[in-house]
Amino acid sequence: MKTTVFLGAAAATALMAGAGFAAEGDTLAQVKARGELLCGVNPGLVGFASPDANGNWSGFDVAVCKAVAAAVLGDASKVKYIPLTGQTRFTGLASGEVDVLPRNSTWTFSRDTDLKLDFIGVNYYDGQGFLVPKSLGVSSAKELDGATICIQTGTTTELNLADYFKANNMAYQPVNIDSNAEGEQQYLAGACDAYTTDASGLAATRAAFANPADHVILPEIISKEPLGPAVRHGDNNWADIVRWTLYALIAAEEYGVTSANLEELSKSSQNPEVQRLLGSTDNLGQMMGLDADWAKRAIMASGNYGEIFAATIGEQTPIGLARGLNAQWTQGGLMYAMPFR
Amino acid sequence: MTESAPAGPPAPPFRLSMLIYDRQYRSLTIQVVVFILLMLLVSWIVHNTVLNLARLGKDINFSFLFNRAGYDIPQQLIPYDSDDTHLRAAMVGLLNTLYVSLLGCIAATVLGVVAGVLRLSNNWLIARIMTVYVEIFRNIPLLLWILIIYAAFTEITPGPREYRGENAREMFLGLFAPTNRYTAIPSVIAEHSPGVLAIGRIEIPWLAIMGIVFFIAAIVLRRWVNARAQRIQNSTGRRPTTWWINLALFAVPPIAIWLIFGLHLEVPELAGFNFKGGINVDNSLVALWLALSLYTGAFIAEIVRAGILAISKGQTEAAYALGLSPGWTMNLVILPQALRVIIPPLISQYLNLIKNSSLAVAVGYMDLRGTLGGTTVNQTGREMEGILLMMAIYLSISLSVSAVMNIYNNRVKLKER
Amino acid sequence: MSTQTLSPAYVRSDMLPAAAPPHRQEGAISWLRDNLFSGWFNSLLTLLGLAIIWSLVSHFWPWFAHSVWNANSLAECRQIIAEKWGDGANGACFAVIRVRWHQYIFGFYPRAEYWRPILTMGLLFVAIAPVLFSVNASIRRWVLAGAGLLCMVLLAVTASPDWSVVLVWLLFAAALLLAEYAPGRLLIVTVFYPVLAVWLLWGGSPWYPFMLLMGFAVGYGVSALVPRGMSAATGIVVTVLWWVFRAAPVAGLVTQILPLSLPAIQSSVFGGFLLSVVIGVSAIALSLPLGILLALARQSNMFIIYSLAVVFIEFIRGVPLITLLFVALVLLKYFLPPGTNFDLILRVIIMVTLFAAAYMAEVIRGGLAALPRGQYEAADSLGLNYWQAQRLIILPQALKISIPGIVGTFIGVFKDTTLVGLINLYDPLKGISDVVRSEFAWKGIYWEPFIFTGTIFFVICFSMSRYSMYLERRLSREHR
Repeated sequence: MKTTVFLGAAAATALMAGAGFAAEGDTLAQVKARGELLCGVNPGLVGFASPDANGNWSGFDVAVCKAVAAAVLGDASKVKYIPLTGQTRFTGLASGEVDVLPRNSTWTFSRDTDLKLDFIGVNYYDGQGFLVPKSLGVSSAKELDGATICIQTGTTTELNLADYFKANNMAYQPVNIDSNAEGEQQYLAGACDAYTTDASGLAATRAAFANPADHVILPEIISKEPLGPAVRHGDNNWADIVRWTLYALIAAEEYGVTSANLEELSKSSQNPEVQRLLGSTDNLGQMMGLDADWAKRAIMASGNYGEIFAATIGEQTPIGLARGLNAQWTQGGLMYAMPFR
Repeated sequence: MTESAPAGPPAPPFRLSMLIYDRQYRSLTIQVVVFILLMLLVSWIVHNTVLNLARLGKDINFSFLFNRAGYDIPQQLIPYDSDDTHLRAAMVGLLNTLYVSLLGCIAATVLGVVAGVLRLSNNWLIARIMTVYVEIFRNIPLLLWILIIYAAFTEITPGPREYRGENAREMFLGLFAPTNRYTAIPSVIAEHSPGVLAIGRIEIPWLAIMGIVFFIAAIVLRRWVNARAQRIQNSTGRRPTTWWINLALFAVPPIAIWLIFGLHLEVPELAGFNFKGGINVDNSLVALWLALSLYTGAFIAEIVRAGILAISKGQTEAAYALGLSPGWTMNLVILPQALRVIIPPLISQYLNLIKNSSLAVAVGYMDLRGTLGGTTVNQTGREMEGILLMMAIYLSISLSVSAVMNIYNNRVKLKER
Repeated sequence: MSTQTLSPAYVRSDMLPAAAPPHRQEGAISWLRDNLFSGWFNSLLTLLGLAIIWSLVSHFWPWFAHSVWNANSLAECRQIIAEKWGDGANGACFAVIRVRWHQYIFGFYPRAEYWRPILTMGLLFVAIAPVLFSVNASIRRWVLAGAGLLCMVLLAVTASPDWSVVLVWLLFAAALLLAEYAPGRLLIVTVFYPVLAVWLLWGGSPWYPFMLLMGFAVGYGVSALVPRGMSAATGIVVTVLWWVFRAAPVAGLVTQILPLSLPAIQSSVFGGFLLSVVIGVSAIALSLPLGILLALARQSNMFIIYSLAVVFIEFIRGVPLITLLFVALVLLKYFLPPGTNFDLILRVIIMVTLFAAAYMAEVIRGGLAALPRGQYEAADSLGLNYWQAQRLIILPQALKISIPGIVGTFIGVFKDTTLVGLINLYDPLKGISDVVRSEFAWKGIYWEPFIFTGTIFFVICFSMSRYSMYLERRLSREHR
């Protein structure tokens, strides 16, 4: 009997303690009522999401959270970062733990359909690669037959690896690891011949080694890993908001709108696309339940796509990633924002 | 439910107030109220679940278990590859859980008994070392031990490549090669193999079956031989020597099998990146096994020590008076009595070990929680079904283990007169 | 005429000083012989032990000896070690602890508010002192003084505001005085501690948690008014009704009259040992009463109550804690009305409490079963009703017997709080370490954080187990 009373009491207390009953499925209304965006991020991935000694988050994925918060709530700091591990991220999103999940997750068919998620775009085109010690004398992934390979569980990399070796008729010995930290430790201790994960992660990992020159990233990229923010399936308006916030960042770079010249351009720009983007003409924000300045605020939060890239993972940072596929389409990359019209 | 009313004065006629004030009726009232509340709670939860699932457009459906899993599992006791179903992956995980639990329980018991006895040793140094061992392992979280032992294992052991080339490392006894990813051990193969017994895709070598059958037969025969010796001793006062019969029972069949089928060891050899031939025992298994056994062993040591201390000093003195050596005193007098005190808490330590094995995922050992509760749930998004199924499986393991152990406990328990 | 004159001359009249024992029986040699080398087996064991110690020390000592405490990144550490001890030298980089230790202790709790968790911890000792150290005044004095000193030190190293130091100083002076002259009064702190702790840690207004606590008082008050028989049930119902309907409005009213408020802190910033202790202490405190009720239910002869208790206990004990945490993380949402979303930490505390309660129930059931039947019969013969008998006769004895088990469960629960790292909370073991490693400066650091957290866990758990041994000794002495 006591159990039931306890449970009932706990539930009752919980309800009282701050459950907001927003209209079902209306994430925008929930976020506005809460005054805070719940953003699911990697608990710690150098360059993409990482809290500093004072608990301030920064990184490439975090910038998406800040932009969305700025667009919706008008304040880039009104984000509650919820760290989600590889194993719990999708359940976290599905169960309402977070509003948006920009957590370097790969956009795949089954995740988009079966897992009831919607990927709203791609903010980083990645691919799975292999990191090997130079002393191994391997120059191609095709030479890894019979090798022991460290791999993080619960990710698409696990599936890609199985497919790749099967397709090339090679055998391998997986060493499953729980987190990146264990992976590095095992790899450095020689427990595996190769470490595989997204190439961006490999670059960051390698850069932090005592002797980065002793390790090489093999040329093969064995999979497409389009990493993008995901939202819950079924709330189209919310998906639109996140999608167009991301496009606003990308388009801003394309049109040369930076956090520095933003104010000036919003007054003086003659480019009609820029004018629409920055809300000088046509109130685009209104069409998705926001105000006219939404994109301005999103870009102000941490700059346009190029600025974010350069500040968090670009060539000037210790991680040192080149733009590559992630350059603007005008520069030969894949970043292509849909027209603001 | 209620105690049967004693035959006495006739019960007073029923009044409504008796539901509250009469002890018997009140217990009835309370139970009915509790039952109604419970039903309400259950229906509330079911109602909410249905609502929530409908809102998310989900259903409860276990058919995902029959879809292609698509991921590989490093350590498998039954054949499995990435084309198999999630169900089979879950089976592999379950077997891995049971396997490491079984190995862990055995090692933890041995370690625990040794450490518990040595803690009471006269040897100052050993007693101190054992105290330090017990206290350190009992007071630091198991997860930390698993991580530390796994990492230490990889750091200390050499890579497979160090067994090659000039000034190569020697294999231990020429048979075993501990490396930083697995320990390569030789496997036994037969020249004239009698083949395998295939059940579906599971293949059991006849040799293993024969070995097990002979071993069980030897145990049964040994009991019979000893009972006969006892009978003869009882009637004639003279116990026939039986040790050579016992020895033969256990030694002859293996030697015979060895000679007939031409058994020999296949020593692992370095080929390419790794050792081939022989068996590679993954470090994740070894580290997890070590961590679980050391951790649980520390608790068992305390149980054993308490059990031994619970036996009165008079027993030891009596044994000494009979001229038994300290070793025999421990084996014949103290431990058998202490066992009765030791077994009940030992059961719960075994159960703890089984449950703690779910931390395996920290070192990437794919147990039930790593397969069904981890990758499968993550790939299919069926968290409700996956987690509930996993809980049900763990629950049935725990209940069966405690049932079996309780039967054993009842057999060794002191029969109260 | 003295006795001396009567004694023959060859009889000694005074004692000789005791002669020294033979050389072989004294000093270090004899001690070694007795304790380390008595017989070949013991000698072998000793040598084996020495070998183990030697191999451990020789492996790890250089690493410790070369440790660096002052650096701002792992690369800097490596550089310092290479400069000092030559290339290829291995050394620990404890600088990471020096730079990030506050995150291991407080998680992301705002730095300006560090005095609040510190004060909460100090008050915890004041609150438990009258319960746990009720008999021995000198131990109580030491515990209180030690806790006060620890608070001061922590406040000093976290550069907390001066007034908080004064506050702690005054509080502990008052607590020590009270403990000396009216130890019973300290219980007031104990009763109000939950409210105080919640208020200090989470901030906001203290009145809502206070009103929740008042629910018990209201329930008790009402139950005293209704006739016996119904009183317990009425009390429970009234308490729950108060919580659901009246606690919030009354709290709001009082807040308007007496607006006490601290800056509100979200529980998502809790991490490190603060998180472990919050989860551990709340689960421990809540699971004890729940465990007692479950144990009594399991002894009950009411069939439904009994079976409910058995099913609950066996279910919880039959599954790993990590699956229950998954339920808290993922499934609990499905079981509650759509749109309900409450704090993950609260959900975890509920689950860990249920988990601990099941184990507690079994420990207490052991204590109940160990009581001789005569105790129950004696209670019956005195005409005590069920709750009186339990309160006055059965439980005090049963709980006393179960103390080692209870403390064991406590230690287990505290250690198990490290598992919350697996469900995305910042536990000190993995959660915070992963955060630290995600900054480029410390990427790749592995052993040092584990050693640091392991040591703290050891100190806390070891002192708890020592306390349980002290209590066992004290109680067993009283028993005779």
